[in-house]
Amino acid sequence: MQPTPPSLDVRGVRYAYPDGHVALHGVDLTVARGERVALLGPNGAGKTTLVLHLNGILTPTEGQIAVGGLAVGRDRATLAEIRRRVGIVFQDPDDQLFLPTVAEDVAFGPANLGLRGPELAARVDEALAAVGMSEHRDRTPHHLSFGQRRRVAVATVLAMRPEILVLDEPSSNLDPAARRELAGILRTLPVTLLMVTHDLPYAFELCDRSVILDGGRIVADGPTPELLDDEELLARHRLELPYPFRPAPGRAPVRE
Amino acid sequence: MGAGHAHVLYREADSPVHRLPPEVKITAMVAFTIAVVATPREALWAFGAYALLVAAVAALARVNARWLLLRSTIELPFVLFAFALPFLGAGERVDVAGLHLSVDGLYGAWNIIAKGTLGVWASLLLAATTSTRDLIVGLDRLRCPQILTQIATFMLRYLDVLVGEARRMRVARISRGDDPRFVWQLRGFAAGVGALFLRAFERGERVYLAMLSRGYTGRMPTVWQGTAAATTGQWLIAATVPVVAGTVAATAAVLT
Repeated sequence: MQPTPPSLDVRGVRYAYPDGHVALHGVDLTVARGERVALLGPNGAGKTTLVLHLNGILTPTEGQIAVGGLAVGRDRATLAEIRRRVGIVFQDPDDQLFLPTVAEDVAFGPANLGLRGPELAARVDEALAAVGMSEHRDRTPHHLSFGQRRRVAVATVLAMRPEILVLDEPSSNLDPAARRELAGILRTLPVTLLMVTHDLPYAFELCDRSVILDGGRIVADGPTPELLDDEELLARHRLELPYPFRPAPGRAPVRE
Repeated sequence: MGAGHAHVLYREADSPVHRLPPEVKITAMVAFTIAVVATPREALWAFGAYALLVAAVAALARVNARWLLLRSTIELPFVLFAFALPFLGAGERVDVAGLHLSVDGLYGAWNIIAKGTLGVWASLLLAATTSTRDLIVGLDRLRCPQILTQIATFMLRYLDVLVGEARRMRVARISRGDDPRFVWQLRGFAAGVGALFLRAFERGERVYLAMLSRGYTGRMPTVWQGTAAATTGQWLIAATVPVVAGTVAATAAVLT
């Protein structure tokens, strides 16, 4: 039997913006199926640019990307499948939610995949249940709290049953309880996770492995506790732990 | 924060008019407007009848008169010219309150203002009782060319985005001591208009990217629950308005 292809395989990806500014200087990153990886890096490191490459919105100047063994290509059929496999949750849920009710917004993705009728309804129910938002299905997204909207945004991509879930700054703007609730939800999801963040405790809580992206390059890749324990490494890349926080020796990321 | 997408004209409520399928309402609105436009301008009583009809539908839709009147000021720039007609018109003249006015001009002004206002009221009632999404679905069902509904979708989305951004910028301006009186507000607004367009464009871009990421291919999936196609009964109910208007128009045409 063939080994399972990695959920994400990024090889030598370089990207220059049309104005000539080079955002990615050859990025290599492999994420195995079921792994939870934190992509850390300061503002302007190229994190969001890299994320937009993963589902073919940006095309690398050089290098290639494969998702679950399928290379990201330019033709419509490939792109459609890639966008199903890579579920991106954007930083601002208001960018993601644009339909009058929660259920319709969650149905948008799977409906684009051609699902109809009871099958579509089942997907919506399943995704909303996974984020604990089933009772809000008929509400208007902008009447929900920010934390609830972020959970709905996660549901909108879960409904497409992605191979890998990519979250851009999932903890930003959440109050502590909403932040903890979201962590609880993310832990229970049976998908590969790539979490873009500079919230280091959140990375510690959720991801076994972390990579640091700075200046368009992967500069560190290892177990999260090890990376976060290296104060010098963090400081070099404008990352800092909150003042009293140190990963306690011997403590591993929370497991269910 | 003015979260999410503001509804510019839509008034959320539950009324018999809100519940009618969108295609039925669009057809009724267009037919009503045609009847109004076809009415001879001398039949003053007919316009009174139309206004009563509008008032009845507005009452049924729980749209209050204040809102309707306030919003109909949008037609002012377009009908301003009509106010000049009684002074400029040729032919027979009458004296009204010491002014020497042209009868033909008076009728001309009346014609433009009455028909324009009734048309605007009908459109406002449609917009107040039908969400943006339903309007697009309705146009689609009436076999309106896809490209037109696409343009309309995007236009309406950007409109929502713009209004939302403008609202937030206004709050920020007032918070820094800007005088919120109308004229001064305009000045601050004019200064911020460049920034507004940039921000609206950026948000529009992000919304579009988020849609693309969920497999959007330029075609709205047409499977929204709760918006089943119109039944004959619903067509008949909605037909009452244009049928009454048509009868009034026909009677007016015969009598004059």
